[in-house]
Amino acid sequence: MNLRRDVFQAIADPTRRAILLLVASHTMTAGAIASNFDTARPTVSKHLQILTECELLEQKQTGREIYYHINAQKMKEVAEFIEPFRKMWDDRFNKLETIMKEYQSKK
Amino acid sequence: MEQKTKINAEEGKQELVITREFDLPVELLFRAHAEPDIIAQWMSNPYATVKVLKFEGKKHGSYQLESTDAEGKVVFRSNGVIHEFIPNRKITRTFEMENAPYGVQLEVYEFEQLTDGTSNLNMHVIYESGAKRDQVLALPFAQGLNMAHNRIQEILNTLK
Repeated sequence: MNLRRDVFQAIADPTRRAILLLVASHTMTAGAIASNFDTARPTVSKHLQILTECELLEQKQTGREIYYHINAQKMKEVAEFIEPFRKMWDDRFNKLETIMKEYQSKK
Repeated sequence: MEQKTKINAEEGKQELVITREFDLPVELLFRAHAEPDIIAQWMSNPYATVKVLKFEGKKHGSYQLESTDAEGKVVFRSNGVIHEFIPNRKITRTFEMENAPYGVQLEVYEFEQLTDGTSNLNMHVIYESGAKRDQVLALPFAQGLNMAHNRIQEILNTLK
């Protein structure tokens, strides 16, 4: 059975999120990814397969090795993609509000 | 907690809109965008200290900001020119990150009084292309992932 995987289902799993975090910084082989987890190698392979099926990860063959890298285009479809940008502005504006309230009370 | 800051970034467009309602009179909201020492305060965060190197709050004026990390190392500088500077109403300016591939963005800030004590900011940002907009949007996401990754790495290192 090869169901087309849903992106949101894929990122709901904490191990898969951790894999995305790892691969976000640089491309990695399945072995290198698996070495970061205590989980059995086949389990990590299964996670990689799911992430690849829903196109969050892409595979690239270099010689005998398969490297995994993040598919930024697909990540954009994840609602959370924009969240850190929104959060950055929200944090700034919250701070602005706090600072200016002090100015207001000084007045 | 309620999300006060809203972002509207439609797919395939080269612009975005940031809106936020403040529990502040419009005069104070504008002042926070017009006085260098106040700008530096709210733009800084635990990871980056923002210094205002130059700020001319007037038509044809320009500004330059500098961002340093916790160790005091300069992470990046940014600058822009001011096209419109109408107190308590509007600022139109450009913004550019120096030595970065994101191009120049046009920013239109509209300040609106709602009541005596509340105001609204509407920030319209236009990028050189949709691809550049998405790159800028992705920056905090990538930084967040990297920071999380660094933390994972730090923890893993202590376990070695």
